[in-house]
Amino acid sequence: MSRTPTRLEASIRAAREKKDILLMTHIVLGYPSFDDSLRMVEDMVNAGVDLMELQIPFSEPMADGPVILKANAEALKAGATVEKSIEAAERITREFDIPFLFMTYYNILYCYGVTGFVERCKSAGIQGCIVPDLPPIEGQDYLDAMAAAQLSPVHIFTPKTPQSRMRHLSDMSAGMIYVVARKGVTGKDTAFSSEMSDYLQLCRNSTELPLGVGFGVKSREDIDFLSGKVDIAVVGSETIRVMEQDGVGAVKGFIETLVA
Amino acid sequence: MKNSGYYSQFGGAYIPEILVPTFDELESAYLAAREDESFWQQYMELMSTYSCRATPISRLDNLTEQLGGANIFAKREDLNHTGAHKANNVMGQGLLTKRMGKKRVIAETGAGQHGVATATMAAKFGFDCTIYMGAHDVARQRPNVFWMEQMGATVVAVTEGSQTLKDAINEAFRDWVTNMDDTHYVLGTACGPHPFPEMVSWFQSIIGTESREQMLERNGRLPARVYACVGGGSNAMGIFGGFLDDKEVELVGVEAGGRGRGQGQHAARLAYDDASIGVAQGYKTYFLQDNDGQMQDTHSVSAGLDYVGVSPILSHMHETQEVRFEAATDDEVVEAMQRTVRYEGLIPALESSHAFAQAYKEAGAMSSDEDILINMSGRADKDIFTVADAVHDPKWQQFIIDKAEAYRAEMNQ
Repeated sequence: MSRTPTRLEASIRAAREKKDILLMTHIVLGYPSFDDSLRMVEDMVNAGVDLMELQIPFSEPMADGPVILKANAEALKAGATVEKSIEAAERITREFDIPFLFMTYYNILYCYGVTGFVERCKSAGIQGCIVPDLPPIEGQDYLDAMAAAQLSPVHIFTPKTPQSRMRHLSDMSAGMIYVVARKGVTGKDTAFSSEMSDYLQLCRNSTELPLGVGFGVKSREDIDFLSGKVDIAVVGSETIRVMEQDGVGAVKGFIETLVA
Repeated sequence: MKNSGYYSQFGGAYIPEILVPTFDELESAYLAAREDESFWQQYMELMSTYSCRATPISRLDNLTEQLGGANIFAKREDLNHTGAHKANNVMGQGLLTKRMGKKRVIAETGAGQHGVATATMAAKFGFDCTIYMGAHDVARQRPNVFWMEQMGATVVAVTEGSQTLKDAINEAFRDWVTNMDDTHYVLGTACGPHPFPEMVSWFQSIIGTESREQMLERNGRLPARVYACVGGGSNAMGIFGGFLDDKEVELVGVEAGGRGRGQGQHAARLAYDDASIGVAQGYKTYFLQDNDGQMQDTHSVSAGLDYVGVSPILSHMHETQEVRFEAATDDEVVEAMQRTVRYEGLIPALESSHAFAQAYKEAGAMSSDEDILINMSGRADKDIFTVADAVHDPKWQQFIIDKAEAYRAEMNQ
């Protein structure tokens, strides 16, 4: 099938010309505050992060583990709204020249109005979305709106996903595929093993899109393991954990250990 | 995964990708069981030997006379083993778990009735069992926690979010996305992703099927109205299911009116105007949420009705006006319960007392040629602490003080 690469895919491919593996990070917008979110993005970009997921907080983040769950709850308690999150994203994409994706749950899109939300993503400079509780079969409006806006809907491969469904998910996606490294929720340990290599090979054989692997990726060793097998390593909960332990200022140093 | 499980615009299966094969497996097992007549026979056999089916209907003679209108009947789901209709669903899903060859069950619980029923089923069938319960509910339903633990279940107090039913459901899903290979999630109500709303309603339909036959046999006619409390909606779906083709029977769902109208004061999704359509916990329905789609805090004197969402099938029936929705406030509910205890010697759970409260409001204005049926979905033994607080019984307070002092003395020795 011939397809036109989206802006996200083109950026990833261009960056991969220069690096064996790219680094994608994740923050929850408004946690602990919007000022801190901006500061973390700045530090991460300066430390060499290649692309970022910006999570719009939701009260019921079913697929997230304790760290990101708490970050969602705290952001909402501190007054984060969808509008403030999009405004923050707008400012971020204006100031920093890497691709940014939104990650959030479907109710945020649904209550905003799916088409309106996607158009707003476009005007805010967001290049793609990850919506972990929206299987393609429930998301035709979303897929149509994303296609019309030439944005990238990113779907998820898991160790439980049969290859036939991987191919289907790939057809429904653009930009990249998010590969979860293991069963479970975000932020728990993952064993990077030969079994994982077989799984990543299956993912590789099932799509032409760039692959980003997340869930439990937290060290230089993990990233080295993924290098050559996939295109992007996604570090999510670990940066939030570092920030909680050692403050917002420690994030830059942590990212530098990953890209060194 | 099939694009099914919609009731007009409500329902669906908004699930994380990792659970798609698990839901495919569950749906296949469920559909195969429905096709297989021996499955339902096995289920009926179990429910009539391990629980008390068929449960009777009782006429509320004294309150019928006091209110001076319709003849009031109660369907006695409180006489099920473990004291509530929850057993119907749990035993059915237990048989299905065996069919799927899984060895562990997990469940969420609000009031604790579903947790106790699941722990009971796990003890009987030899499954490992973990129950997720909001910390707030653990605090107000200690007797049920005690029994779950006695039956070998691990009870996890969920400290996230509002620490009630919805948070317990989220935690159960987080367990399931890790342990789906050997674990079945026994969802306790007619909510959640397809096929749960349909499957739970199927197991609960036993209530409505029996009720219709019993009312016809006893009175030679169908009831004019059928009342059921609505949290997630499983007991309502169960009893209403028997009367869906009887247009002359009015179905009344009674939600938790809490402290009355206003965001955060109640858990009435359909009777009041504070809810809107959204997607959470894997399905689309009316939720008590803000404009952004963030779930709001709810309040009810009864833990079992204290929930942000409602069965997608009931949202559909609300739109088609097949079911009329009302709400009963905390005060009305406690009063209705006391009245039922005092004049009938029946002890309805605070959840079920919502249905009683609405029926008592309406019965007096009806004719003595009409019958009404209330689903007494559970008994109130578990609510003894909450009810004792609500009625400010000084003797109970003294008993607790004495008991605490005795424990303290024992510990200090």
